[in-house]
Amino acid sequence: MSLNELWDYMVLGVVLGCLYAVIAIGYTLVYGVLQLLNFAHSEVFMFGGFGGLLVLTAWVPVADPSGFQSVIYVAVGMLAGAALGGAVAFGLEKVAYRPLRRHNAPRLVFLITAIGASFFLYNIAGKLFGRSSMSMPTMYENKTVVTIFGASLNVTQLLIVFSAVAMMVGLDYVVNRTKLGSGIRAVAQDPEVASLMGVNIDKVVSRTFVIGGLLGGAAGFLFGLNSKVVYTMGFLPGITAFAAAVLGGIGNVRGAMLGGMVLGMVETLTVFVWGDDWRYVAGFAVLVLVLMFRPTGLLGERLGRTA
Amino acid sequence: MSGAADLTKETEQTGERTDTPMLELRDLRVFYGAIEALKGINVKVYEGEVVALLGANGAGKSTTLRTASGMLSPRDGQVLFHGERIDGIKSHDLVRFGIGHVPEGRRVFPRMTVRENLEMGAYRFKAPDPDDMDRVFTLFPRLSERRTQLGGTLSGGEQQMLAIGRALMGKPELLLLDEPSMGLAPLIVRQIFDILEEINKQGTTVLLVEQNASQALQLADRGYVLETGSVAMADEASALLADPRVRAAYLGEGAA
Ligand SMILES: Nc1ncnc2c1ncn2[C@@H]1O[C@H](COP(=O)(O)OP(=O)(O)O)[C@@H](O)[C@H]1O
Ligand SMILES: [Mg+2]
Repeated sequence: MSLNELWDYMVLGVVLGCLYAVIAIGYTLVYGVLQLLNFAHSEVFMFGGFGGLLVLTAWVPVADPSGFQSVIYVAVGMLAGAALGGAVAFGLEKVAYRPLRRHNAPRLVFLITAIGASFFLYNIAGKLFGRSSMSMPTMYENKTVVTIFGASLNVTQLLIVFSAVAMMVGLDYVVNRTKLGSGIRAVAQDPEVASLMGVNIDKVVSRTFVIGGLLGGAAGFLFGLNSKVVYTMGFLPGITAFAAAVLGGIGNVRGAMLGGMVLGMVETLTVFVWGDDWRYVAGFAVLVLVLMFRPTGLLGERLGRTA
Repeated sequence: MSGAADLTKETEQTGERTDTPMLELRDLRVFYGAIEALKGINVKVYEGEVVALLGANGAGKSTTLRTASGMLSPRDGQVLFHGERIDGIKSHDLVRFGIGHVPEGRRVFPRMTVRENLEMGAYRFKAPDPDDMDRVFTLFPRLSERRTQLGGTLSGGEQQMLAIGRALMGKPELLLLDEPSMGLAPLIVRQIFDILEEINKQGTTVLLVEQNASQALQLADRGYVLETGSVAMADEASALLADPRVRAAYLGEGAA
């Protein structure tokens, strides 16, 4: 356990944290506009993994691609993952949640529907894509390309960090600087009044799901690059990212990013100190501790109706 | 939704106008589940007027405004805007007709700045009109000083100003106001009513819901008194102001 190794783990923590952050945004955005804990978001993420995998395996890759080619492949895989993730999220909202909103169903019904949709989606994925783990095309030789003060980053990890940061910056811009973002924030704060201003709530909710789905799907592909793609892959990252959203302050976009980074870092450092068996223990301990002292999360519920 | 307005069929009471009202509520019945909140009311608002809608708590005033702005759909009866039926149109589509609704309790967006709140008022346009923004800041200099402050941190009076300003950003022909004086100090209420008068002079028609009957009737041209979902009285504002029943029930004179 040298200092060098610690540094290595911290860099890995940033990579993982970036992924959690991007997934957590999907939970937090949907919570913001609907006060709904969309547990099926982990399956949106999983479908994103398959979207990227299917496109990249179908599109014959060059064996042993150069760094530049890898960038192209990752970009294409991310787009495919985002597209499938966005499509699944869009369909999920239309099929599962919109009818409930029409009938003013109680919150609990939404929650149960979310869990049901999650089961349905990952089982259908198992049926469609098989139940064994699959790797992304082997072209991704994990060559070290950058060393940061001795910690080595390979192409994949570098691209993960770069893409995740780009997505977060873009998302922050959309939420705070665009008209769609104004609509999202208005619906989150007071849907009835938002509609008096001419905001079409159904449209905003649908687009919010799609945005979350695009990010979650892209993250699913990036996650698959780093490990494997399998129909159950959504569960743990999903629940961790959900915890990250709560940790940062559910409904708070920047909070979700912060929470994701914190949990990614805590998780890898836990593995470093206590070993892999403890991987998910410390992160959730941190969550519980933070919520005991700050029930609205680190940054508070910003997008949401309260606080 | 076609212009099925019947332009000629007007009641023949003396002194009543026969032109098409800007807003007409015709035999309006509105329910919350099994509760009948409006039991067939008739209200007309003509272009350029200030019309007051008075009544005790629970009389159905807010329900009336909410139905006029598309937040609720009537079970029976019609809402007509310039003679065109608009009931059943969702509120987010209805803003395009030029109906601005300042809701009960102000309801500014608490986590948006004053400026962002005003921009939300112009959401139906591609971009907010800077002239409208200037106009709002001229009407409410207090808002101008607080452009970057969050809506939720404003005082009650400032929030009311913001809610009115926000509605003005949508360029309404008709402004629906739900108890703008609620919970505010008399001095602020006076200011707000002065500004409402100014807004009306600048060409916006106003339907004003109030419990503060004397202030409202002083500003209004005509008034309606609602009682448990029905129109109990309808008359010129001056006549209502002089009416002993109104004075007893709403102006705190005689036995309460
Ligand atoms: N959301 C609601 N659900 C059920 N009943 C309601 C609701 N809103 C108002 N009501 C009822 O409808 C009636 C009229 O209410 P409202 O229009 O708010 O009155 P006002 O604005 O004159 O005080 C009251 O009896 C009230 O209890
Ligand atoms: Mg009311």
